[in-house]
Amino acid sequence: MTQPRDNIRVLVAKPGLDGHDRGAKVVARALRDSGMEVIYTGIRQTPHMIVSAAIQEDVDVVGLSILSGAHMELVPPIMDALKQQGAEDMLVILGGIIPEEDRPQLQKMGVVGVFGPGTSTQDIAEFIRKEVRKRREKQPA
Amino acid sequence: MAESKSKREWREKVYDPGVKRNPERQPHFETEAGIPQEPVYTPEDLTQSDYTRDDGFPGEYPYTRGIQPTMYRGRTWTMRQYAGFSTAEESNRRYKFLLGQGQTGLSVAFDLPTQTGYDSDDPMALGEVGKVGVPIASLRDMETLFDGIALDKVSTSMTINATASILMCLYAAVGKKQGVGLDKLDGTIQNDILKEYIARGTYIYPARPSMRLVTDVFKFCSKNMPRWNTISISGYHMREAGCTAAQELAFTLGDGIEYVQNAVNVGLDVDSFAGNLSFFFASHNNLLEEVAKFRAARRMWAKIMRERFKAQNPRSWTLRFHTQTAGVTLTAQQSDNNVIRCTVQALAAVLGGTQSLHVNSRDEALALPTEQSVQISLRTQQILANESGVADVVDPLGGSYYVETLTNELEKKAFEYIRRIDDMGGALAALEQGFQQREIQDAAYKHQMLVEQKKRIIVGVNQYQTVEPPVAGIMRINQEAARQQIAKLQDVRKKRDSSKAQQVLKQLDAVARSNENTVPIIMECVEAYCTMGEIAGTLRKVFGEARHLATV
Repeated sequence: MTQPRDNIRVLVAKPGLDGHDRGAKVVARALRDSGMEVIYTGIRQTPHMIVSAAIQEDVDVVGLSILSGAHMELVPPIMDALKQQGAEDMLVILGGIIPEEDRPQLQKMGVVGVFGPGTSTQDIAEFIRKEVRKRREKQPA
Repeated sequence: MAESKSKREWREKVYDPGVKRNPERQPHFETEAGIPQEPVYTPEDLTQSDYTRDDGFPGEYPYTRGIQPTMYRGRTWTMRQYAGFSTAEESNRRYKFLLGQGQTGLSVAFDLPTQTGYDSDDPMALGEVGKVGVPIASLRDMETLFDGIALDKVSTSMTINATASILMCLYAAVGKKQGVGLDKLDGTIQNDILKEYIARGTYIYPARPSMRLVTDVFKFCSKNMPRWNTISISGYHMREAGCTAAQELAFTLGDGIEYVQNAVNVGLDVDSFAGNLSFFFASHNNLLEEVAKFRAARRMWAKIMRERFKAQNPRSWTLRFHTQTAGVTLTAQQSDNNVIRCTVQALAAVLGGTQSLHVNSRDEALALPTEQSVQISLRTQQILANESGVADVVDPLGGSYYVETLTNELEKKAFEYIRRIDDMGGALAALEQGFQQREIQDAAYKHQMLVEQKKRIIVGVNQYQTVEPPVAGIMRINQEAARQQIAKLQDVRKKRDSSKAQQVLKQLDAVARSNENTVPIIMECVEAYCTMGEIAGTLRKVFGEARHLATV
């Protein structure tokens, strides 16, 4: 295991072909300003690219941003690949235009939080801190 | 009681003592574009202005008041709701519904694979087929999309950029099958690749070959498609990505300058193509700042075309534009409130003299709009046109001390930005340095922080919140649609003359490597039922792909 650390590392990623990354960038910057280390992948990332980046960068959190309605197709391969790589302890959160009725299924896949339009970036930061703390307490460092 | 003789006197004697007794609700007022707001505007604010020089008359240089003498007294703006989803069949049904409800033009939304040059069954298209627009993978889809719609009777705007010339050729091919010649086709392709790199993200090739594709369209249309708008130079997406009204003006017209300069550089006479350039802006909630923005845009472009590019034809000086209300102002919370936001924004566009308008729908912070929501959007336009009275007089706010001052201030700020962009070597060089992107991101972040600190109030989001159940009846695209689309595409591949298809693709490869115009051979490719992925893929092989610049 790596050294225990206080720092939270976050990968903000844009899967699929959608180019709308205002939200992804605002969230990335807000998390950085709140003291986290943030890597933004840029747009048009395949599930494979996102999972490789997450593992290479050894992040605690993968934040996905999807506005095109392709989340039910793009999230499963990402979750599967994380599992295959033994990285299922990474916290996966999702932001964008995600209908309420899809949320239970996304949670079943392992997505821990879903954030829609109008969410405050402070709420996202708090959510991440709380969840990462929970996970670190569970695992001996 | 003594009456004030000047604004200064009034401030000192009346206003300041009043504020001392009853403080204003905030220490400082300014617009989002950073223009300080005085309590009142008077003739003294316009002492530097000259009516005939700065405003002029409708239909005359510098067109501040409107590009036509009669404006909406002749014909109201084109009501053009942006639509497209699922399949060509479904989208065709929606177009016929809209035309049946009194819509006067079409506006096509394409799905992301079509916009980024992938076939519907490409692995890169996973999950995206039919989601944000209609999938068009071959001429077969385009034939279905316009089935029963006479292309000589309707004008069609297509939001398509990296693959713009392919879609233009597909449209022309459908026209040909209907017996409508190229010279009779009326419509617009967005074809604005610069703002894709800056804000919207559906680019494919590197910037230089992409600019060539744009210029190829200018060249082809100047000879063959006189009624076609070859580009819609767009501020909309940069504004959606976060920039202010002044930046929207500057970055849009800055891109416009780059396109004109490029075309002039390859030897085109400016008046041969300038009349076919069109523009596209957003309309936001600050009603009067938006009206001023549209007025400033017309005046600035007239000056740029006449003074900078020495265009002779008055049509080359006129800025014709489409407007869409601001998607980014729609809230998922209390979503019916969006009808009111859209009405204010649509009113701004009409008071600003737009040539065509799309009004967003109340449910679009949640999904694509339902038919019922779109009908409200169209009715919003019809109420403004028929009931509000604002369409009866040209530029009704012209002469308002405030609106004229705002127009001047926005122009000044935007021209300062354009000077900075010029100093960097133009819009393309500036975006390669990340300049516009940084400006936009900074403005977006500032806005978010102001909202979170409640210094900017968004009704239902950070004030006047209510607990509400999830909105029922939002639109969903079912996955069956994507399966149908893929089956149809595979059938096209099976049934076409495949040696003919291979032969024209080979020719496309050769033309792309030469200096020849790419449009005629793309026309042959689409008519041979080559697919989107094959045509764009051939160009990808020749031109390479753009790198994704990611900065936060």
